[in-house]
Parts: sequence; structure tokens; C-alpha cells
Amino acid sequence: MSAVQTAVAPAARGTQRRPFRFRPSRAVLDIVLAVVAIFWLVPTIGLTIISLRPERLFQQSGWWTALTAPAQLTLQNYSTLFSQGLVPGGVLDSLTTSIAITVPATLLVAIISSLAAYSLVFGRWRGRDVVFLAVVALLVVPLQVALIPVVQMFKVFGSLSGFNPYGTLLGVVIFHVAFGLPFGIFLMRNFLSGIPTELMEAGRIDGAGQWTLFQRVVMPLSLPAAMSLAIFQFIWVWNDLLIALVFLGGNPHHPLTIFLYDQTRTLAANYWVISTGAMISILIPLIVFFSLQRYFVQGVLAGAVK
Amino acid sequence: MAARSLRRGHPLSRAVGVSVPAGAPPATSQVLPTIRKPAGGGKRDQLGSLLFLAPAAIWLLAITIYPVIATFRNSLYDENAASYVGLSNYKAIFSTASILVNFRNNVIWVVIFPFVVTFLGLVFAVLTERIRWSTAFKTIIFMPIVFSATASALIWRTIFDLDPHIGMVNAAVQTVSDWVNPPGLYPVNVSAGQTAAALASTGLSPGPSGSLQSSSTAAAGDTVQLGLIGISATTLQVVGAQTAIVPTPSSGAISGLVYRDFSPSNPTVRGQVFPDEVGLPGLRLTLLRGDGTSVTSTATDQHGDFRFDNVGSGSFRVQIDAKNFGSGFTGIFWLGSQSVTPTSHLSQTAQALLSVPLVDLAMIVAYLWMWAGFAMVVIGAGLTSLNRELLEAGRVDGATEGQIFRRITMPLLSPVLVVVLVTMIINVLKIFDIILNMAPGSSQGDASTLALAMFNDGFTGGIHSGLSSALAVILFLLVIPAMISNLRRIRG
Repeated sequence: MSAVQTAVAPAARGTQRRPFRFRPSRAVLDIVLAVVAIFWLVPTIGLTIISLRPERLFQQSGWWTALTAPAQLTLQNYSTLFSQGLVPGGVLDSLTTSIAITVPATLLVAIISSLAAYSLVFGRWRGRDVVFLAVVALLVVPLQVALIPVVQMFKVFGSLSGFNPYGTLLGVVIFHVAFGLPFGIFLMRNFLSGIPTELMEAGRIDGAGQWTLFQRVVMPLSLPAAMSLAIFQFIWVWNDLLIALVFLGGNPHHPLTIFLYDQTRTLAANYWVISTGAMISILIPLIVFFSLQRYFVQGVLAGAVK
Repeated sequence: MAARSLRRGHPLSRAVGVSVPAGAPPATSQVLPTIRKPAGGGKRDQLGSLLFLAPAAIWLLAITIYPVIATFRNSLYDENAASYVGLSNYKAIFSTASILVNFRNNVIWVVIFPFVVTFLGLVFAVLTERIRWSTAFKTIIFMPIVFSATASALIWRTIFDLDPHIGMVNAAVQTVSDWVNPPGLYPVNVSAGQTAAALASTGLSPGPSGSLQSSSTAAAGDTVQLGLIGISATTLQVVGAQTAIVPTPSSGAISGLVYRDFSPSNPTVRGQVFPDEVGLPGLRLTLLRGDGTSVTSTATDQHGDFRFDNVGSGSFRVQIDAKNFGSGFTGIFWLGSQSVTPTSHLSQTAQALLSVPLVDLAMIVAYLWMWAGFAMVVIGAGLTSLNRELLEAGRVDGATEGQIFRRITMPLLSPVLVVVLVTMIINVLKIFDIILNMAPGSSQGDASTLALAMFNDGFTGGIHSGLSSALAVILFLLVIPAMISNLRRIRG
């Protein structure tokens, strides 16, 4: 299933004895692809080394000089950044803010999508196909189209109820969920339509209600798909800059993307903060990626339309 | 993938179809008669089903569908969404050169990026099928997809930095450039606006093309003293300068001294050689006749001394050659807005529309790094699900590998390639954060796209609705072809 882990395809065999081979020899291919792989790794290695070098060396010599003098590397930048503690605008505060936005936005999308997908697949009402096509249409809607009206709605809501979601983490989460749902419903619906109807009918005959069916049959079966969705959504929300910029307004707590964006205004002076902050910001996505790569790839394959 | 997943069942759902009987509770694994209730059965059941849909429906209606409609309305109103202004927001967009630049950049992105990334993905997907370490290779290429565009932009901003001491690309260019065209021993600081003429202090005047020449003429038997200023301590250390020694005149020769005309003990006195002043070694000198033609050349020694022997009669000038001051390669501004297409002869508007700023290409490179793995994985999944029998049949019939690829693999793969292409077109139409973070302030305006213009116009200094909403509507209209293509595929 996992495309990344696909083994050597059968196509590679069978032609080895042919006198006129189109393909280059394996050794040449190995070298060419090794060079490509090194090129692809260089930016990440560069960022890692810059984050580990003392600030004063940044202007003096390129990070690659550290490859021959590894003694200059130090964790000083990290300890300086972390020693600031949880001050608003600091990296630790940004880390917790990112988590505070991402976790609820991910869970809500996974749960609400599963419920809606259940209704679209097993529900007993007319117009399910039309609703599903509407969801497909919503998949590609640029979120820019909704920004200003939602800000206005939040303000109206605030003047009526006394709580204005604009400028709060909740406001960011509400918007994220809205734009994560179409993909979530799309993915979960495709998955659920693979569950045999017989299974559901059996449950129905045994007298199970819809909620029981959802809880006892559908949920356990769709866990892998929900996992793919959750990981995809997690990384999408974690990496967002635009929604946070628009909806956080004057909130002193910023997610990591805004933390980095703020630092770029003074790039040369603060480069050690930027590269170290960037490393911290990619750490959690990297852990998710390497530990749950299979699910993530499935989410990407299913989401080749977003 | 979307199309086929619906018609033939998603790869995941197929997997589940197989695994369900094994994992399901025993009661349900029996063969059961399929008793289907008529669609739209009991009212209570129907209501229950709709309750499952309700949270998603409410959320999407309130935060997506209603706002889309409101944005269409707002685009016809002024910036406070208060009074109706007709199409004037749209007219403003299409008549303002700085906004048209955003369209140009969207066109550059859409024309270049989706095709290059799909091509790269195809090449990687095909080639990795033939190596043993394909999992490692795919993981390396795919990894940047989990990085935020913000972090990636910062990484690539350093890689393309102007200063060869920071930017890797310029460091590489510098290595090649210095090898072809080595810098002089006494490089002038071009970026600080320094010229060779500014180095002349005593007995020297600017000569042609960046050289310096002695102000007065000399004849055989004379000594010449040439003072330079503005030579850095670092340079002196590099060339190994030693104490300046005024040479003794010798008959038939023009001898002289080039020295740094600055004495720490007499910092304000020029034109005099003090004991704490140093000579400038390694300078390339040329002896010129009165008409400017060159006679011979030499170089200064450790103490800054030189001598032209047997010069004969006549009057001469001593020239310090321009290449002594060559500053060598100082960096290409990859993130700048200079155009890679020649447009200088065009009108201002035409220039704005037809130039391709270098920063766009640098950002496209960064974005390729982020997304090539996506294209590779999706196309690779398409390749593995190809019907191998057709390929085998082709081989049995004697087709070459090239023919098989062009005539069998490519046509079978084309739906997947289209999906990647469409996904990437939608992606770059909305491109935003890589530009905001990677293009420096000086070229941000020239690199900006519709999505960024929408943000800047709508959310800088309060909320401004009108023009920004019109830009959002245009963005929405641009993705409609992709939306229709998705709907067509899914309805089959």
C-alpha cells in the first residue's frame, strides 16, 4: 500500500538479457540518484548546522565550513531560546500555541468528517449524491474567499453575545475546521463506501441503532483512514501562516509560523533565532512523518486534489 | 486518484473489503440475506442520519458557503462594505500596473511550476523503480513536504543569499568565477561604492578603465613615489607588506616606491614617507610612453619598491594596472527583481507584464524542492497499479523499452499525471506564504501574487473589504475549471 515503500517493480526485470537496452546501467543510475538525493538533503542539513553554529560565525563563513570543523557546533542557540521561558512571542510560547491550535482543529475535523461520511454512505435520506458533489466542489475553494466575511461574522457575533472569536485561538480553530472538513468528508466517505453493506444490515437486523452501528462497526473499521486524515490535517494546520495572521489579530500568543515570520523582518540580525526556531518548528512534523509515514502517504494519495 | 478512487473504490477501501471478514465479529461474518429497506425508510431513521451530517453541514454553511456569497457581494461594495460601487473594484484591479504584476506572477507560476514538478515527479518515480535503495531515496525527496512553506522559505532565503559567505549558490558561483577571472591583490569594495580612483593619494591620478597613473612624467634616473590610501589592514596582512623603503636613484632606470600613505604617528600628513609606513608588494605596474603606449611591466617587491631598467630617453608615466583592484565576484542578487527577459526597450506597462523577475525563479526552485516528492509519490502509486500484463505483452511483441514507455506506460499513466498537474495548478494559484517569507522587502512587490495582494490589501492597517474581495473572487473564478474537472471525474 505505501507508495514510499514500494519494492523494485517487476518491470525492472525481464529485459536484462535484451541486447538493446534503453535504460542506463544500474551503477550510473545509482550515482545520478545519489547526487539528486544529496542535493535534496543539503537545505535541511544547512539549516541544522546553522542552528548549531554560534551567531558570530554566521556572517564570517558559510555553514558548510563547519563540515571540516565540527568542533564549533554548540547547542547554545537552543538553550538561549528555551531559557526565555513562556513569554508571549517567545519560542516556547509559540510551540504551545501551535499545539493549542492544531490538536483541537485536527480532532474536530476527524470526528465531524467521520459523522458526516457515515451519513453520506449509510444514511437513509435523498440527495446524498448531490451533497457529496457539493463537498467535492468545496475541496478546491481558496480559503481567501472566506476570510473577510468570517472576520465580519465574528465581530457581529461578538457584539451580540459578548464573545468575539476574532483574535482568539478558538477563532483560528473554527476557520481551520471549516476548510479541513471537505477533504475530511471526501476521504472518509471514500473509505466507508468500501465497507460491505451486508455488515451494516447485519447490525441493523440485530437491532443496533445508528449510533451503535457508527460506534461499534464503522469507527473501529475506519480507524486507519481517520488516522491518515488526522495526520494530514495536523500537518496542514501546523504549517499554516495565513489563517493565523488574519484571525489572531492583536493576540500576543503566536504559533511558530508567525514567530518565524516576525523574525524575518530582521533577518541578518536575528538569523540564529530564525534557523533555530525553524528547526523547532519542523521537528514535530518530522517526528509525525517518520513514525507514521505509511498513514501520511495514504492521506496524500487520497488528497491529491486539495 | 480522486476519480478512480470513487469509481473503482479507493485503494484503502479495497484493502478494507478484503480485511473486514477476518477482523469482524463472528456474528457478522455469516452469509446473510440482503434485506434492504427502501431508500428513505422510516422517518425517525432519516432524521437520525441527518443528525450525523448536521455538524458538518452547519459548519460548512456558516464558515464556507455563506462567506463565499458574501465575498461576491462585498466585491461590488466599497472598502467598508457599506455603499454599492458597481464594478469599480474590478476596473481598479485591471487598470493598476502594480496589481497587474500580481497576475503576471501567477501566470509565471502556473506556466512553469506544475509542469516542471510533474516532470520531475515522473522522472523520479520511473527511475526509483530500478534502484535497490528506492525507499531511502523516496523518503529523502518526500520529506520536505512536511515543512511549512515559512520554514522552507527561510532555508532557501539563506541558500540564495547575496553574500558568498552566507549564500551557498553564490559561494559556488564565486568559486568558478574566481578561477576564471581571479580578483586582484588589492580588491576595492564595490558594494561600499569604492573605486580605484578613490585610492589615489600622492603622485597619482585616475587613468583609463580603473587604473591609476603617475601625475607627473619621469625620465631615466628619476625616482617616483606613489602613495595609496584606503588599503585595509586585512589586505596588508594578506599580501605581507613590510616597511616602506625609498629606493636610491640609479642611472638609466626609473625606480620608485608604492606605499600606503598613512602613518599612525602622523595621521594627517600625506605625501611623505614615514618610518611607520609600509610598502605595497605585488602590485602590477606598466611603464607608459607619453602617448600612452606601454613599454614594459614589472611588480613591486616586499617593500613596495620597483625599477624599470634601461628605459632610454624620453618621458614616461608609471601606471598601476586596473587588475590590481579587481574585486572579483561579489554575488548575484538571486532574490532581486531584475528581469531575466529583456524588456528595457518596452513601455512601463509592457515591462511590468513581460518581465520575469529572478526572484520568481528562485522561489520556484524552492517550491520544487518542497513538492517534487508529492508528485513522485502520487505518480509512483500510479505506476505500481499499472497493468503489468500490458507491459509484458508489449515486450513479447518486441517493442523497445522506449516504445513501451511512450506507447503503453504514458497513456495508462496520463490520468494520474493530469491529477498531479491540476492539484499543483490549484496549489500555485493560491501561493502565498513562500513569497511573503522568501522575497526580501525590496523585491516583494515584484514577486507578489493575487493571494498575497488580497492579504496585503485586505488586512494591512485594519480590514479593507472592497478591492480585496474582488481579488478573492478572481481567485475563486480561476479555480472553477479545476473544480469542474474534479466533478466530472467523480461523477464518471
